[in-house]
Amino acid sequence: MAIKLHGSWMSTATLRVGATLYEKGLDFELVPPFGQVPAFEDGDLKLFESRAITKYIAYKYKEQGTELVGANFSEMPIIGVWMEVEAHHFAGPSTKLVWELCIKPMIGIPVDETVVEEATGKLNGVLDVYEARLAKNKYLGGDEFSLADLHHLPNIRYILMTPKASLFTSHPHVSRWWSDISSRPAWTKAAALSDAAIPKQA
Amino acid sequence: MVALDFRVRGRFVSSVVGCIVRMVVKLHGAAFAACPRRVAACLYEKNVEFELVNVDLFAGDHKKPEFLQLHPFGLVPVIQDCDLTFFESRAIIRYYAEKYAGQGTDLLGKSLEDRATIEQWLEVEAHYFNEPAFSLAFQVLYAEKLGQEPDLNVIKSSEEKLTKVLDVYEERLSKSKYLGGEFFSLADLSHLPFAHYLINDSGKGYLFHDRKHVSAWWEDISSRPSWKKVLEL
Repeated sequence: MAIKLHGSWMSTATLRVGATLYEKGLDFELVPPFGQVPAFEDGDLKLFESRAITKYIAYKYKEQGTELVGANFSEMPIIGVWMEVEAHHFAGPSTKLVWELCIKPMIGIPVDETVVEEATGKLNGVLDVYEARLAKNKYLGGDEFSLADLHHLPNIRYILMTPKASLFTSHPHVSRWWSDISSRPAWTKAAALSDAAIPKQA
Repeated sequence: MVALDFRVRGRFVSSVVGCIVRMVVKLHGAAFAACPRRVAACLYEKNVEFELVNVDLFAGDHKKPEFLQLHPFGLVPVIQDCDLTFFESRAIIRYYAEKYAGQGTDLLGKSLEDRATIEQWLEVEAHYFNEPAFSLAFQVLYAEKLGQEPDLNVIKSSEEKLTKVLDVYEERLSKSKYLGGEFFSLADLSHLPFAHYLINDSGKGYLFHDRKHVSAWWEDISSRPSWKKVLEL
């Protein structure tokens, strides 16, 4: 049975899962969302939570497409650490910036500058740690691209469209890393679909 | 370290060569702290011997340069296992649950589909339960100790968020004995530290006890010998 992804290409969570499916070279059908996006169906299995879905795809289709969770068991804990860092340190402040600077202006809600400044400070501190990590490692999980990198793509993409893009461009190793991971064909494909889905300003 | 990796029935099995005398796993943290407790509960379930290396959190030892070498964000826990040093409690419990899949309690299920459902509820714990549970417990238990006035607005909003999350749990647990399925797993284990703070130390037990299935689930998971041992650390 075909894989179904309920969501919208504008959603960061849908993009996270879509990029993973493209890395694995899997066919899927994007269907309109129900409830919280994304929801995912693979045969009888139904899942929500984008990071649980990407992990399932990475393990289930391990032998296919890009290896995303480490070819060796010894790499797994380190990839796991940086997936958790994304979820617990990066996602909080970066999601706040996406909400304040991308979504709110689009739907016409005033931006809360206090939230923006607080999130900017926190994210800058997180990126200082990334800068040190990426000065010594090509990717967050080590020498190879993995889900630890991929999970960051959607939020960074949106923040780079805002005046807070300097958070990333001011960190040279983070910038080098972003250029690398965002030029992957799977991400280019997902990002193009997202571009097409964003309403054009009148 | 030289690690030999091979697969047995689809699972990775690692044999570590080069760690000739197997050291006891070192868990850097504090016995009262939530995230080290999460790791300790997992290590007890998996029968992995470990030593708790105390980090004085009130003295700020976790923010000192030597500790920042172990953990760039200056937090606990950190694990040292032979020459592997790593952090993030939920990465640690996944690692040990997978590494010792055939030892102690099975915490990730038998199939990829089991694991996917467990991962889903682990994410729910991390993204929906953890934040309000941490904020509520912090305000009630530690704000005063750290010389801050407890923030009543945070207490109120955290309790409202937890109410919604636990309503979802009540629904889930009316259909399934545990969050991840019919067996105890990492998805349940990961809730133990903050649920314990709220129920036993913060006077917020009613959030759990007022919900029939959540209450029965809590009685079940908190009476496991592994969790009792954690509380004796």
